[in-house]
Amino acid sequence: MLGYLLKRLIQMIVVLWAVSVLVFVMMSFTGDPTYMMVPLDATEEQIEQARRLLGLHDSHLVQYWRFLSSLAQGDFGRSFVFRQPAMQLILERLPATLEIVSLAMAFALVLAIPLGVYAGANPQRAGSRAVMAGSLVGISLPGFWLGMVLIFVFAVKLQFFPSSGRGPTQEWLGLRVSFLSWEGLRHLILPALTLSVGTLAILMRIIRAEMMEVMKQDFIKFARAKGTDRRGVLFKHGLKNALIPLITVFGLMLGDLIAFATLTETIFAWPGIGKLLVDSIYRGDRPVIVVYLMFVAFMFVVVNFIVDMLYALVDPRIKIK
Amino acid sequence: MTLPPSRPGTARTDAPSPLLSVRGLKTHFHTFGGVVKAVDGVDFDLAPGEILGLVGESGGGKSMIGFSIMGLIDAPGRIEAGEIRFEGQDLLTLDEAGMRKVRGKRIGMIFQDPMTALNPLYTIGNQLEEMLRLHTGLPAAARRARCIEMLRDVGISQPEERLGNYPHQFSGGMRQRVVIAIAMIAGPRLLIADEPTTALDVTIQAQLLRLMKRQVEQTRASLILITHDLAAVSQMADRVVVLYCGRIVERGPTSQLIRGPAHHYTRGLLDSIPHEDRSQRRLHQIPGSVPNIRKLPPGCAFAPRCRAAQPLCREVEPVLTEFAPGQAAACHFPLEAKL
Repeated sequence: MLGYLLKRLIQMIVVLWAVSVLVFVMMSFTGDPTYMMVPLDATEEQIEQARRLLGLHDSHLVQYWRFLSSLAQGDFGRSFVFRQPAMQLILERLPATLEIVSLAMAFALVLAIPLGVYAGANPQRAGSRAVMAGSLVGISLPGFWLGMVLIFVFAVKLQFFPSSGRGPTQEWLGLRVSFLSWEGLRHLILPALTLSVGTLAILMRIIRAEMMEVMKQDFIKFARAKGTDRRGVLFKHGLKNALIPLITVFGLMLGDLIAFATLTETIFAWPGIGKLLVDSIYRGDRPVIVVYLMFVAFMFVVVNFIVDMLYALVDPRIKIK
Repeated sequence: MTLPPSRPGTARTDAPSPLLSVRGLKTHFHTFGGVVKAVDGVDFDLAPGEILGLVGESGGGKSMIGFSIMGLIDAPGRIEAGEIRFEGQDLLTLDEAGMRKVRGKRIGMIFQDPMTALNPLYTIGNQLEEMLRLHTGLPAAARRARCIEMLRDVGISQPEERLGNYPHQFSGGMRQRVVIAIAMIAGPRLLIADEPTTALDVTIQAQLLRLMKRQVEQTRASLILITHDLAAVSQMADRVVVLYCGRIVERGPTSQLIRGPAHHYTRGLLDSIPHEDRSQRRLHQIPGSVPNIRKLPPGCAFAPRCRAAQPLCREVEPVLTEFAPGQAAACHFPLEAKL
């Protein structure tokens, strides 16, 4: 177990290093961000001064070396724009993103599991066909379009929910969260819904496909021969087996939602990390982009690790080595 | 329509009534390639405590008889006609909820492949105990005690520890013992064993057959042994039913049928059993193979493979005729009985 953890840790460091190199190489092609920082009427001298201040006058190799050596001291670099540690910017905005992503995933799972089980267990029924057709629509709808439609219907016309922003937040376990107040919750619902639709559709289709496969197995027929009721057959014997392949996909989708809720956060002016990424790209705020992408890579590595642990937990045949 | 829970006397007016009585059972599969008549008009009775062997080649529809009795025929299969009277009640008139009270509790079933019959994600104890949760009102401690007792009964050592193990930690033979334990733990009156030893090592087959025989004898349950292995049937069964292409071609008491088969197919099956005492160059085999069950020839389905076939056999389907006490065969030109 200890050896396994060590192996995973080394793996993670390699991944993070590779990501940092990739991001730095890409950055070197995107031009000089100094011009984004200085006023339009800045003189050559002022521009040169700003460049020196930001550390952009050195070669890319030197810049990369400086980045790595400060990283070794736990310094992830400072934002050009905010003059704050880049990591702090991300961590400040992370709770907001985690909040809508959690709610979106909860929406998606609560609907995807029963719908997927139903469609997988009765593939011939009209209801299942309707569910499948609906899921195709769900996959095809672009998130930004859905977000705008939801705003138009529920915020503008019906005025059930606010159209943008995060609303009031409370302190909870040291994090700023919205879901504790009714007003905050109202702000949460539309972005979470927008974010959940595509995930819901994909999860549902996977659960259905897995259920169809599992329902053909001998142990399902044996469970029926034991006199197990339909619920027990579907949920105890069927679903748990269908969940094994789902765990991987779920992990990847979760990471994806957290990292790239960008569009949804932009449409709803939700102050999460996705919006931070977009803003940083517009402003050429390189340190933030680098740290952001490394953070995303780190998160995926962690999610993958958790997925492996869950495998071992659900499937007794798998041992962690 | 609901019947009162028990009506003593209704079904048992005429002498020793059979535990199970199957009449005119037809189970057909509606596939793209045509209708497969897996079971096509099968009748048989089973007395309480009796062991009946259902014998035939693969694809002969014998497993489908077991699944028909359990009410586990899935689309595209359907029970087209017939009656399955169990303890005086026609199972085909029961709805799904009614059948669930029969499955496991009154009729237990053993599957062919123990490697796939158990759910890989639950412990043996959980899967065994599920039967008691479903079919009895026993409290948790009593359920556990009963599970341990049952595992010991089917020959699993250290049952207390084994309860917490998963199926993959058992060998094939041990898993089949667990499957037998699951099938028997709720005290069914009838056990259906569908090729219970086919997937196992030869050395273990005999052990498991003996175990099943002991289990049904102890509980005075009846057993339907579905198999292609006539040798196994000859050691186990009181009576044998031989099936070919979904129909009964011969039936009779085991020893009588084995000494003097009347149907040429039964003869062929018996000749295919290797004998240790007889030095044989080659094993006997029945020429040809099972015909396409979607397009059965007119007349006797076995005629194309039968050495004694006459023109009559290819035109008129023979009916099951009793020609010795208890023994009947569907053949125009039966073999002489050697009594």
